Amino acid sequence: MRAPDLLRFASHAATGKPLRTSLLILSVAIGVAAVVVLTALGDGARRYVMNEFSSLGSNLVIVLPGRSQTGGFNPANAITGTPRDLTINDALALQRGGSIRRVSPIAVGTSEISVGGRLREVMVAGTTSQYVEVRHLDISQGSFLPEEDWGRAAPVAVIGAKVREEMFGALPAVGRLVRVGDRRVRIVGVLASGGQGLGMNTDELVFVPVALAQAMFNSNTLFRIMVEAKNREEIPAAKAQALEILKIRHEGEEDVTVITQDAVLATFDRLLSALTLGVAGIAAISLAVAGILVMNVMLVSVAQRTGEIGLLKALGATGRDIRLAFLAEAAMLSLVGALAGFLLGQAGAAAIRHFYPSFPAYAPDWAVAAGLFTALSAGILFGVLPARRAALLDPVQALAKR
Amino acid sequence: MSEAQIRLSGIERVFHLGDSEVHALSALNLTIAAGEYVAVMGPSGSGKSTLLNLLGLLDRPDAGRYFLEGRDVSALSPEEQALVRSRRIGFVFQSFHLVPRLTAFDNIALPMMLAGVSPKEREVRVARALKDYGLEDRAGHRPEELSGGQRQRVAIARATIMEPAMILADEPTGNLDRATGDEVVHLLEGLNSRGVTLIVVTHDPGIGSRAKRQLLMEDGQLRHDSASTRVNPE
Ligand SMILES: Nc1ncnc2c1ncn2[C@@H]1O[C@H](COP(=O)(O)OP(=O)(O)OP(=O)(O)O)[C@@H](O)[C@H]1O
Ligand SMILES: [Mg+2]
Repeated sequence: MRAPDLLRFASHAATGKPLRTSLLILSVAIGVAAVVVLTALGDGARRYVMNEFSSLGSNLVIVLPGRSQTGGFNPANAITGTPRDLTINDALALQRGGSIRRVSPIAVGTSEISVGGRLREVMVAGTTSQYVEVRHLDISQGSFLPEEDWGRAAPVAVIGAKVREEMFGALPAVGRLVRVGDRRVRIVGVLASGGQGLGMNTDELVFVPVALAQAMFNSNTLFRIMVEAKNREEIPAAKAQALEILKIRHEGEEDVTVITQDAVLATFDRLLSALTLGVAGIAAISLAVAGILVMNVMLVSVAQRTGEIGLLKALGATGRDIRLAFLAEAAMLSLVGALAGFLLGQAGAAAIRHFYPSFPAYAPDWAVAAGLFTALSAGILFGVLPARRAALLDPVQALAKR
Repeated sequence: MSEAQIRLSGIERVFHLGDSEVHALSALNLTIAAGEYVAVMGPSGSGKSTLLNLLGLLDRPDAGRYFLEGRDVSALSPEEQALVRSRRIGFVFQSFHLVPRLTAFDNIALPMMLAGVSPKEREVRVARALKDYGLEDRAGHRPEELSGGQRQRVAIARATIMEPAMILADEPTGNLDRATGDEVVHLLEGLNSRGVTLIVVTHDPGIGSRAKRQLLMEDGQLRHDSASTRVNPE
């Protein structure tokens, strides 16, 4: 039999039973659509998190005081006791690192902001002018902290969008004098809303020069130091330099923890990729179920068409011809089902993106390919048994059955 | 004629039904020359259909040999037998056996499609067959839209489309009224007159007597062969 004839014969047989065929196609389509939609959700979650993190500033290296626990128990640390604090001088020293572009120290504490009788508790972050670049923050009004000597405690402040809203409402904020704790400071800028920090929403923050914050909270320690590497490739070098510089400054004691954005990102990436793989696997099970359905329906079809199979043999069809005809039919059903499911799934993912525009619900290529491949191979694999059964039918008995 | 077209020697066909054995054919010897017109008759269960299935390579004997055109075809592989069926043998059945979802045209073209004949060639040959059998205006009709006589004509057109050397017909008029049945018999006889070997199984003595040679089956044995004076012993 010629290939085009084989396909035409098989498709004719399939379309001869429209209800049966469309139900079968639907079952395969649902499986493929499930793979596409679920992996779109899983991978969308991964991309969403990645985006959120990289908006923090992608070449970020963060220095925290204290040794991290990840290294296990270290007797040297146990003997030396409490680690040294991070200071402004530590931050200044980090600027010497060859792979380090910007350094921005942070000191934090809670205080109260008040103006014209309104009072609000706020988190105060002491930092420097470079912070806005290191963290990719947007300013909606005025400017960020002025560039000046880190030791100078200029009485200025930059407030988050929500703080401005609550303290000033519709009135202009920039240029106004407010009280933060026991200090009078002038507002020089307002941050755009929606700025996100590691666990800190900038909307409710008040930024002041780092020296002012330390004076306010009567401390000379830093919460952490933000370091920006020159570029992505130099992140490991920047990390090593930061460790080295601080080790020298802390009398050979490695008593700080340096984490990179990359490490955090990689962890989330791995976690969410595994999640996506998991849901893809679950969805693929529905494809196996669809494959079993294909087998059942094809077996029924062989039983129904026994007379026809006997006839084909009488007319000179070989066992191979008949096997191929039934396999082609199963393959065709799963192919059409797979394509329908692909379209259905992509439409579903598009609908999710339409209703949640910030959520990048795109099914990854590997998942789409795997879904289509599984559907096709399940259809063909489960088509083998019915096709063999048809090919092995005894023609005399097949013809006798009507 | 140097070699008979069909030669059966010592054919046995035994069916096992539980513990009992049914000898559908036993000790059967038969030769048929090319172009013969043979009617096979006998009571129900005498083995007529079994014989026809063997001749058509749809069934294998349990013992004995079947020579077709000098070749021992009982020893061929199933795929080789399929090729012989495709090129040398045409079947006509009592219940027509048309594929219900295919049109008259496609039913007639089916053996050519299975044999891998090109669509162009199929077109030409089916068109000619439709004309020969008076079915031109029925080409696009499906079997359910055809009368019994038309269906059997489609079946005969299909059986002859590969220009086989022999036609095997198992009660081809069994599902037709007398007039339509006669029409079908005339068609088959027309083929025979053009040299095709025609072997018809029938219960109808009227049709049987038209054949040039009659075989009478009984209990799986050849009871009488009009071509030979010798009557088989018990
Ligand atoms: N597949 C089978 N299994 C068991 N017995 C069978 C089978 N096919 C045929 N037989 C038996 O073999 C014998 C011959 O059957 P066959 O069909 O050849 O008879 P027949 O002469 O064609 O009868 P009829 O005129 O009724 O068609 C019968 O006794 C039948 O019961
Ligand atoms: Mg019979």
